[in-house]
Amino acid sequence: MQDIEKGPLNMGKTLAEKIWADHVVRSAAGEPDLLYIDLQLIHEVTSAQAFDGLRLAGRKVRRPDLTIATEDHNTPTLDILKPIADPVSKLQIDTLRNNSKEFGIRLHSLGDADQGVVHVVGPQLGITQPGMTIVCGDSHTSTHGAFGAIAFGIGTSEVEHVLATQTLPSTRPKMMAINVEGKLKTGVTAKDIILAIIAQIGTGGGQGYIIEYRGSAIRDLSMEGRMTVCNMSIEAGARAGLIAPDQKTFDYIKGKPHAPEDFAAAQSYWQTLFSDSDAKFDLEITLNADDLEPFVTWGTNPGQGLPLNASVPNPADIKDTEARGAAERALEYMGLTAGTPLKKIAIDTVFLGSCTNGRIEDLRAAASILEGKKIASSLRMLVVPGSERVRQQAMKEGLDKVFIDAGAEWRNAGCSMCLGMNPDQLSVGERSASTSNRNFEGRQGKGGRTHLVSPLVAAATAIRGTLSSPSDL
Amino acid sequence: MEKFISHTGTGVPLRRSNVDTDQIIPAVYLKRVTRSGFEDGLFAAWRNDPEFVLNQPQFKGGTVLVAGPEFGTGSSREHAVWALQNYGFKAVISSRFADIFRGNSLKGGLLTVILPQEAVEALWLAIEADPTTQIKVDLDSRTVSYGSASIAFELDDYTRWRLMEGLDDIGLTLKQTESIDAYEAKRPSYKPKTLPIRI
Repeated sequence: MQDIEKGPLNMGKTLAEKIWADHVVRSAAGEPDLLYIDLQLIHEVTSAQAFDGLRLAGRKVRRPDLTIATEDHNTPTLDILKPIADPVSKLQIDTLRNNSKEFGIRLHSLGDADQGVVHVVGPQLGITQPGMTIVCGDSHTSTHGAFGAIAFGIGTSEVEHVLATQTLPSTRPKMMAINVEGKLKTGVTAKDIILAIIAQIGTGGGQGYIIEYRGSAIRDLSMEGRMTVCNMSIEAGARAGLIAPDQKTFDYIKGKPHAPEDFAAAQSYWQTLFSDSDAKFDLEITLNADDLEPFVTWGTNPGQGLPLNASVPNPADIKDTEARGAAERALEYMGLTAGTPLKKIAIDTVFLGSCTNGRIEDLRAAASILEGKKIASSLRMLVVPGSERVRQQAMKEGLDKVFIDAGAEWRNAGCSMCLGMNPDQLSVGERSASTSNRNFEGRQGKGGRTHLVSPLVAAATAIRGTLSSPSDL
Repeated sequence: MEKFISHTGTGVPLRRSNVDTDQIIPAVYLKRVTRSGFEDGLFAAWRNDPEFVLNQPQFKGGTVLVAGPEFGTGSSREHAVWALQNYGFKAVISSRFADIFRGNSLKGGLLTVILPQEAVEALWLAIEADPTTQIKVDLDSRTVSYGSASIAFELDDYTRWRLMEGLDDIGLTLKQTESIDAYEAKRPSYKPKTLPIRI
């Protein structure tokens, strides 16, 4: 008799393969799978044209009850209750408000208690849960993978597709495991893990893959830390990154407004969501957490990063011609000289916020360093909570006072200087230490120079005026 | 969507790698609520430099962009595809594209062609030697040809068919409404809903 347990069809599955299989509406040879989407998050910048498309074709939103919108990318962080000054920005916000009303979609507008960065809002409402498929017209949708969900960014045509059909034709990605084993040293955080991973595998290393982050160092992270890691999967080229749910995940969801009413039923399903021991990954990478140091980027893509104790690299030492050319260009844009210790680089602006590091734990970490201290007179520091709820919680804990007393600016929630779409921008040549996710040329403002850092490094840098870790204080 | 079967035009050699979507179109240009008019934001920062390839008169009117590896990394903004199309590009050739950008381009009818890096380098040299070089990107035969060179590229049959027929993806999926209904009927009740609002 054939031993079906060991047959190829019964081979172990990865976490992502299990979730994928649970969402296939239709599968046909030579075609992408038609995947059911459990949740679509909407914001003002990538949705207007999608709603227009629906109107033109006379189509409806199939599941308004699986859709939620917020205003974040293009919103001001000062004077939020006054009319938006820039008429083009105002039109974009008004368009989202009108579309949400017309199509019956829940919207959290500026000033609303649940407004905030789209990837902070989902988890804090308890709408992000294990085993889901989640999409949004934003590449940092990968954040939600921290709960053991397949979550990925899509373009506006796909936003329209999901609005109309609640499905998306998708080709199954390859599977990558990144094992981070060991224990992080004090002062080393989730942000340093992911910056080190991207520096190792490159900005294209994850192309075509879903990354599953595993290992003891990942399990030890809080949910906030796991979100930071998954958030930057896209910076390694992977559309999605995820982490198997565990008791921490369940505890985080419990008590949130949209936690399942039948929690036991949900949890018994969630507990099946892990990669089987005999699951096969197309690629497996291991990183030692014991050796990690606080990380910082020196160049113009997130893969150009080094431990904070290192010096600006010399392009001449880089063998690969492509990478050498890119490094030369990056140093020129960044106004850096090879051999300069990274800790000698003077900073003009510190930005604490974004969907990468704008959650309450990030604010607490930075405040713990800044408490009773002053930021350097040579720089400004912007603190932008990831959501209104985070802002309220921080104020309840008195963190706003810590930041203000230190000399930082305490703002309202939004994407802000992460992408420099609203008035929070760097000027030409201005240099930032930023807890956000992208150090591309001009990302935070035309001609601006960005160094990506963790909240702890951001706070220490604000005090010393040059790139620093808390151990330098 | 307009059908894409074959396109012939001159090329623009963009000798840069990791051209991210913030370079293709910076965020401040993303405020429009239409799909047109994004050409002014295309490579906005780089176009300030008179030496930048798009500012060189010999490459004016080029419709095939030939770029370095990791083209389109970063944000999911489909505006990057629209900006390239609004400016007049019909195809982009590179050895590696970021996943989301590639998906967006093929949904929107901007043909992204993956060629080996050596072929990209050869094409750069050919365009720079003679900017009037006619480059034919042919989806029917899945080849890029110019001068005496002809290089095959890969594209899955389904995407190729959809582009050549100019099909609306949503229309295709709506034909599967029965399957979607059947799937929904079996969805577990504990899956979260955004409505009614709970606080």
